[in-house]
Amino acid sequence: MSHNLAEKILQAHTDEEITRAGQIVTCRVSLVLANDITAPLAIKSFKGMGATKVFDKDKVALVCDHFTPNKDIDSAEQVKVVREFAREMGVTHYYEGGDCGVEHALLPELGLVGPRDIVVGADSHTCTYGGLGAFATGMGSTDIAGAMALGETWFKVPPTIRVEYDGQLEPFVGAKDLILHLIGRLGVSGGLYRALEFGGSVIDNLSIEGRMTMANMAIEAGAKVGLFPADAKTLAYCAAHGRTGDKALKADPGAMYEQELSLSVTGMGPQVACPHLPDNVRGVDELKGMRVDQAVIGSCTNGRIEDMREAAAVLKGHKAHKNVRLIILPATPKIWRQAMDEGLFSIFMDAGAVVGPPTCGPCLGGHMGILAGGERCISTTNRNFRGRMGSLESEVYLASPAVAAASAVAGEIIHPGKL
Amino acid sequence: MLVTGKVHKVGAHIDTDAIIPARFLVTTDSAVLGSNCMEGLEPGWVKRVQKNDIIVADENFGCGSSREHAPIAILGAGIPIVVAKSFARIFYRNAYNMGLVLLEVGDDADKLRDGDQLEVDLDAGQIKNLTTGATVVCAPVPQSMQDLLDAGGLVPYVKKRLAAKQ
Ligand code: SF4
Repeated sequence: MSHNLAEKILQAHTDEEITRAGQIVTCRVSLVLANDITAPLAIKSFKGMGATKVFDKDKVALVCDHFTPNKDIDSAEQVKVVREFAREMGVTHYYEGGDCGVEHALLPELGLVGPRDIVVGADSHTCTYGGLGAFATGMGSTDIAGAMALGETWFKVPPTIRVEYDGQLEPFVGAKDLILHLIGRLGVSGGLYRALEFGGSVIDNLSIEGRMTMANMAIEAGAKVGLFPADAKTLAYCAAHGRTGDKALKADPGAMYEQELSLSVTGMGPQVACPHLPDNVRGVDELKGMRVDQAVIGSCTNGRIEDMREAAAVLKGHKAHKNVRLIILPATPKIWRQAMDEGLFSIFMDAGAVVGPPTCGPCLGGHMGILAGGERCISTTNRNFRGRMGSLESEVYLASPAVAAASAVAGEIIHPGKL
Repeated sequence: MLVTGKVHKVGAHIDTDAIIPARFLVTTDSAVLGSNCMEGLEPGWVKRVQKNDIIVADENFGCGSSREHAPIAILGAGIPIVVAKSFARIFYRNAYNMGLVLLEVGDDADKLRDGDQLEVDLDAGQIKNLTTGATVVCAPVPQSMQDLLDAGGLVPYVKKRLAAKQ
């Protein structure tokens, strides 16, 4: 039987034959993930299950990235629970201090995820690894506890929406704009239950980092996973990050799709998601004159080295507007060092930016850049729900690093080409 | 397994905040959560429910957050089964993990009216409307889900599996 990407990956991890969407299958998992917010709950369930050891100490990742360096006593207590569990279980991949970064940027960089893997995480943006051709999805804490104990979990085989992007990308338009445009089209529940599978010439030409940016936001359309084929670029990325034995992966000819969308990107400008839902998407030019108080560049969506370079290219020779706080958070220590070595920090500092540590920080309104009532932020993160970055009366606009950087300089939302 | 109970009909896109509002998330006790079931839909909703009654919903039941408290609240109210046109994804998982049966029946949900008396045969995958005589066929609960239900949810299920391995 011909399989699409989702079916193909699931099939590689189960002995049951996958024949249709909606079927329920039990699959072996390649990696189980939890963070400083969700691991404590999962650990409680794990103990309740009477489990005394994790199924494989090398296949559990515990990344304390949300509130670290711990912002208060409660978060310190939570991390303590996770740290003690990691020690007790001998978990190899426990991260908290100088080796810690935003989980979904960190794990690919460490070579812990790759094509054909099944990754389950107690974090909704686990879908990021779809950019590498992994079936990766978020779940509740008890599900994660079960997977940590057994090394397997059940899945309902999702119907797939195939999305093809063709045409010519305009200057200053990239991965973030492609995915925002799609979410605007599908709506926040348009991908419910479903897998998104990406293809087309634009996707072939896109970098691995760009693919991860897109896969990251599949959940913002309600989707279970956002899947990319694994091509020569993917394999080169995986090899460069210490993995061996990965093979190319693509959907079978004649695979079944519930829906097929063809999008032409020619003529499409930078996209911005307006408050308070990621599907409230408009072209950047429609928002001319919209003043901002803060710009955030970072997160699991856009905190990678390419994003840092994109921001630096726009900021070079400019200063952030006097009314704007520009906050830049490279997502992992490795990205941090690379940005420093490439001289990007000089550009950021000259622009008046605050360069912070690798942490989720303001993305979820945790710390390091919380908004007051009436304040407006342009951000490269992935959610703009009411109050996501602070006060219920604040606003978050989602955009690419180039648009966020340009808007920081202009003091208002602006097309980077018009700076 | 046969379950007989009265229908409590609800609409489409019933979200987890309607099922159990965030202000009640300070406990994981199923009886306490159950006594506030659907409090976000209609204050006092749960008072009409008797043990083994059944919720029948329109599409996308359980959308919203991943809180496991939602299926726990429904079970805590004494409701063992929810029938709907469709369910939201994370809720679907959490429900079976907590031991709540979900039956997806598409538009046939329209054949089940508020107050009707139902007899649900989980093994045969059949819902008999004792009030109107109509029958709704649903796919039987998949074996893997049935194993979860038989064990009483994911925590006891994994406990059993781990014990068997040793
Ligand atoms: S950066 Fe934001 S979206 Fe990503 S894992 Fe952290 S809090 Fe979640």
